[in-house]
Formats: sequence, structure tokens, C-alpha cells
Amino acid sequence: MNRINIVGAGLSGLSAAITLAENGVPCNLISLQQSERAQSVLAEGGINGALNTMGENDNTENHFNDTIKGGVFLADPNAVDGLTKGAPGIIRRLEGIGVPFNMKDGEIVLRNFGGQKKKRTAYARSSTGKIIMSAVIDEARKHEHSGMIKRYPHHEFIRLLIKNGSCTGVRIRDSYSGKFADFKGIVILASGGLNGVFPGMTTGTTQNSGDVTATVFSQGVILGNLEMLQYHPTTVGISGKRCLVTEAARGEGGRLYIERGGEKWYFMEEKYPELKNLMPRDVVAREMFFVRRDGECGDQVYLDMTGLPEDTWKNKLSDLREEIIHYLSIDPKTAPVPVKEGIHYFMGGIDTDINHRTNIENLYAAGECACQYHGANRLGGNSMLGALYGGRTAANAIIDGIKNKTGFSDEEPEFLDISDEPFAKEASSVLIEKISEILLGGLGIVRNENDLKNSLEKLSELEKKPRNEREKNRIALAFAMLLSALERKESRGAHYREDFPEKDESFRKSGLAVFDDGKIRIEYREIPERRSE
Amino acid sequence: MKIRLDILRRESGETEPYLQSIMFETEDENATVATALSEINKSEGIRDLNGKRVKPIRWECSCLQKKCGACAMVINSHPQLACNARLKDCEKNGCIKIEPLRKFPVVQDLVVDRSVMFENLRLMNVWFNEQTKADEGSAEISYEASRCLQCGCCLEVCPNFYAGSEFFGTSAMVPITRIISELPEAQKKEILKAYREHGYSGCGKSLACRNVCPAGIDIDRLLVNSNAAAVWRRKIGGRNKKK
Repeated sequence: MNRINIVGAGLSGLSAAITLAENGVPCNLISLQQSERAQSVLAEGGINGALNTMGENDNTENHFNDTIKGGVFLADPNAVDGLTKGAPGIIRRLEGIGVPFNMKDGEIVLRNFGGQKKKRTAYARSSTGKIIMSAVIDEARKHEHSGMIKRYPHHEFIRLLIKNGSCTGVRIRDSYSGKFADFKGIVILASGGLNGVFPGMTTGTTQNSGDVTATVFSQGVILGNLEMLQYHPTTVGISGKRCLVTEAARGEGGRLYIERGGEKWYFMEEKYPELKNLMPRDVVAREMFFVRRDGECGDQVYLDMTGLPEDTWKNKLSDLREEIIHYLSIDPKTAPVPVKEGIHYFMGGIDTDINHRTNIENLYAAGECACQYHGANRLGGNSMLGALYGGRTAANAIIDGIKNKTGFSDEEPEFLDISDEPFAKEASSVLIEKISEILLGGLGIVRNENDLKNSLEKLSELEKKPRNEREKNRIALAFAMLLSALERKESRGAHYREDFPEKDESFRKSGLAVFDDGKIRIEYREIPERRSE
Repeated sequence: MKIRLDILRRESGETEPYLQSIMFETEDENATVATALSEINKSEGIRDLNGKRVKPIRWECSCLQKKCGACAMVINSHPQLACNARLKDCEKNGCIKIEPLRKFPVVQDLVVDRSVMFENLRLMNVWFNEQTKADEGSAEISYEASRCLQCGCCLEVCPNFYAGSEFFGTSAMVPITRIISELPEAQKKEILKAYREHGYSGCGKSLACRNVCPAGIDIDRLLVNSNAAAVWRRKIGGRNKKK
């Protein structure tokens, strides 16, 4: 049997690799850059799990309910059941590999996060992703040393190898030598979100280009809920990207306001007296959009953190303060910070079942590239959890299917020059910018049929010119995103249609984008009922 | 703002390097070297100062907010992250010189092969063999050590480090401090030995790495802690100093 091939070395890829290694299954860990460069290191605020260390009577059922409700009932309840029940164990495991979470009296401290009624988010100040990644990378290194994990850390995904509807491996290119190799065996995609579809407009990394998802879509992999883009309420523009101001800023007491009639209007507190500034991200982002559009208000929303106690700045948000001072020359301790919504997370992506299997046999997907757990809107603190749990679940599904764990082939495929690999040629950056502009025209915080149709028309124009494979695939992905948003004639979570402003129960279904014979169609699948114990 | 970038380019490790000048103009006063490199590469038909068409500049980047270490390079003789190097702060008479890190083999242009850094961490056994737990006393040290970007800037300025050397440099001594801060009994001997052999004994104490870290890691504090444990057999942070 061949080693398992994991594409992507961020949190979900590492989680899958470590799980496989611990169970005696060797893998190849393929990534364009080292794990330290993965987007997971940017996660700031924390990771959710009902540890119930704060005396609030929290439990996994509360976490389940908040996640389902936050995702506006579009997530698979059985997948979320596994995720939320697995969460405390995952955080304990992280503690066991030495992650220095913020602690008090020997126990992990939890903070408030959006869309959750209890304190449930474990954190390491405001660099939780980086601190978790360092520990997980060390853990993976142990298995690299034993040979169970073999890294290919400057290697690019080119395309899947598919035979008779089943995945037989992956073609990769060594970005140093330019040579290609076909790695045979089961594949787990852990290639991250679609940030590169919106260059410079997201909080993510440039590495997550979206090429992997676009390529596999054209190869017949079904994508789900592509219309569900998360706009994070608090981002700031820096050179070349949007920079995140962690939700922990509001979790620790930060307040949003806009000027109205010469006074500060704390609109979230007035409109949502229960959760206030900590409503789910889709709600906050949309409210910010609406108050800005309101003629009586100013055109800038501010995040006011001036009332936060000294201890919070020192022990919980020190990194955030440094960052804001560095990029904006504003000290958030003494002055409000101008913020705006920015694209932050892709709830949609490669459609998987509860075990992270895709529609193609022997192909799995986990982490942000997959459409799982978050429904129509992801809760803050659930992304690292979804990445770790998803990677582990995919690996476990593979392990369960392996009867004989000995006799893995250790032969490395030969790297060869291939001059005519059609999927290797990069898409033109000018075209990528054009597609991004067209998509933003249709996929803003507030959407309508006219804008979406207009964007589809413009996209059709781009399609008429001769394009290379990656360009064609990217255009196809863009079509799928717009069509997904056009077809969902309701408002739910991150998808807000001003022409259909209400939630429509008949759309409480997973939207699926299928690429078949050069044509894209959108289908819907029922959300399963939660299985009883 | 109009800046002339003098970039040390190279087709591959086997060919000779050459300096190429490209003009970059921007209205973004916070534009960084990373912004300039991205914008130049995005433009249709990149031209050098003489109007000659040139290939896109190969460089590595990822997060663009100094959290991933990908874009480390030498800018005006100082190793730093391109995404943290504002043009207005770096330019001298309207020029900025950009070179790849010099301690690693060049792949192409500004891309270097830093795999020796990761290999050294493996050789030093930087991991926990058994379940551990960062307690409140050691959490500070562990947190600080976890912030290392593996960018290589500290190695660039180190007079004692070269690729292939038995001395692995600060980029290995910082991450191993995370393990030392917990000092698990089962791997105590081996981890302290690795630190002494590949860290402490090769370090000439030049302190050149002190102010170069783009993450602003308090290197002094971490190494003092590890030196105490590995050389003086004393613990400063860690379990025996619970708050």
C-alpha cells in the first residue's frame, strides 16, 4: 500500500498527519512552504471547547446549540455533534503537547466569543494560532524523525490523479527544481480557504490561492455552500491585505460605535441587548454595513477598547495592541480604532460527508478548504477546532479502512521534467484581479439578483478569450460562487439577499456546485436529522 | 513616492548573481518592500531601468503581516521581513537594495532554501516524547519561545552560524527552550545535552541576534533561562518556580 498523501501543512494537514502516524500509517506531507508559513499561524482569539472551567455550567450540548444556531441550521448536526463533543479532548491534548494557554489556578481560562452565551474559548493571549501551531509542528517533527511523516515542503499541488471515478493519487511539482512527480495513494486535501480569489481583500495568506479547489472542481469534485463568505466585522486595511482585529477585542469588552448626531451610538448594544457586540459575525458585519448606509450616521465604525482594564492589555491582548500601534499608529488603550468588515473565512468549499470523504473515492478534505461544521456562518473559535478535529476525523476514517498496516511502500516516486502539464501554468494576475472585482460586485455583504446577474454577465465576457487551464478553472469556480448565491433565494447567515430578506425553510439545504461535462449546476441536499444517542 | 529597487537576482544557485534596478511608484505611504515586489510582479510587462523586459522577481511570502517569516531577506544590508520594511523608512536617496539571505543556498532570486533550519530542529529532538503540561510558572517562557517564525534573520547576523555547522544558532535555541521550560524528566538529559552541544557551546555570545528578531522575541531572557538549566543546572522559569 502507498503512503497517504496530505496536501497542505497547516493545522488540519498536521492534525491528519499526526493521527495517521500515531496509528502506524505513514504519510507524505506536501506543502508549498513550511508549516510556519501556513495561515493557521494567523488565528488569534482562541479555540472553543466546553471545558466548563469558569463556573458557568457549560457543556458540549451548549456548544452544539450555539454552533448550529450560529450557522443558521445549515451545518450537518451529526458532524457538529462530533466536533463539539470532541472539543474538550482536543484542547486537553493541546495542553498535553505543551501549549501555554492562559491559565489561572492551574486551570485553563476561557473567554467570551461571538455567538456564544458561555465563556468557552481557550486562548494564548491574542496569538493562539501561532502558539498552537508551534506545539503541533514540534509534535509532527517527532514523527518526521521516525519516518512516519515525510515532508515535501516546497512542493506544489498540480492536480489529482483520477481513474474510473476514483482518486489514485496526486501530481505535484517541486518548486525548487521545477520537476513533477506522481504520488500514488489516498489523498487528503487540507489546502485552506479561497483567499486568492480575492487578492488583497481578505485577512488570509497569499499562499491560499484557491487554485487547489478550482482545479479539483474542474476534475469533478463537488463543492458546497460557496455563497457563504464570512465578512469579519473588525478588520483594518494595511498594505496589501486586510488585517484582523481579533474578536477577542470585543470578547474582552471592546464596543462598536458610529457617530450619529454628534454622539457615539453603540448600535449593537441598543439593537441586541443580550449578546450586544458579541452577536455572530454575520449579524455584526451586516449591522455595520447598515448603520454606515444610514444617512444620519457617519461613514466610519469604530471599535472602542479604551475602557479595557490594564490587566487585559498586559496578559490577554498585548499582541493586538502592539499590532494596532504598529500598523495604524493608534494606541487602542487610549483611542478608538476605525474598523471595517473584511473577508475572513470561507464556510463553503469541498463538500464532504461527516467522515470528510468527498464525492470521489479515496479523496478526503479537511480544514478551511472543506465545507463542514460551520453552515451559513462560522463562530469565532471554531476554525482551529474544525481544522484539528476535521484532520483527525479524515485520518481516522482512512485508518479504519486499512486492514493491513504493514507493508507500506517507501519508494519515492521519481521527479521528472514534464513540459506539457496543462495544469502547471499559472493564471495571469491581471485576470485574477478582474475576476475578484466581478465577484465582489455580486458577493458583498448585501446581495441582490441584479448585481449577481450583472457579475455573471461580466464573467461570461472573460470566458470568451482563450485561457490556460488554471484560468479556466478559476473562472469556473467564480461562476459556481455566483450561481450558488443567485440560486439561494433567501437570507441566511452570511448570505443576505435584500430581494429575499427572510429565511426560507425550503432552502434549509446544502447548496452543491457540480461541474459536469463543462457545465455548472447547483443542486440542493437535505440536511440530515441529528441521530439520537 | 518613487523608489529604485536594486535587486540581487540569480537564475539559480549555479548561475552568477547580477544586480537589477527596477523603479517602483506608489501613493501608499505605508507600502513595504513586500508591497513593491507584489505590485511589480503583478504589472504587465516588467521593465528594468533601461526599459528592458525582465521576468517576475521570485520571492516567498505568505501572511504579509510579519507573522509567518516567509519573506525574510536582506534589505539595505539588514536582514528583515519584506512585509515589515516600509519603503519610506528604508530608502536612502530614493534607493533600496534587496538581496537574498546569505547563509542559505539560493534557489532563485530572493528565494533561499532554509531546510537546514528545520533539519537542525529535528537533529536536536525538539519535541516532547511524552505528555506534558505548561504550568503557570513556565507558560511565559513557553509562550515567548513559541513565537519564533523560523525566518532565519538571526542566523544571517550570527558570526558563528553557517549551514552545516554543529552550532545551530538562535533559531534552534529559541524553540528548544520551549521544551527546556518544561524539562520533562524522561528526556531531560538528552535535551540539555543537545542544547549544550548545538547551542550554548557554539555561541560566541556576540549578541548580534539580540535586536534582529522580526517577532521581537526576548532572546536574552530565553537563553538565560536555557543556559541556566543546561549549563548551570539551575532552573529559572519552569516547574520549581510556581507562582
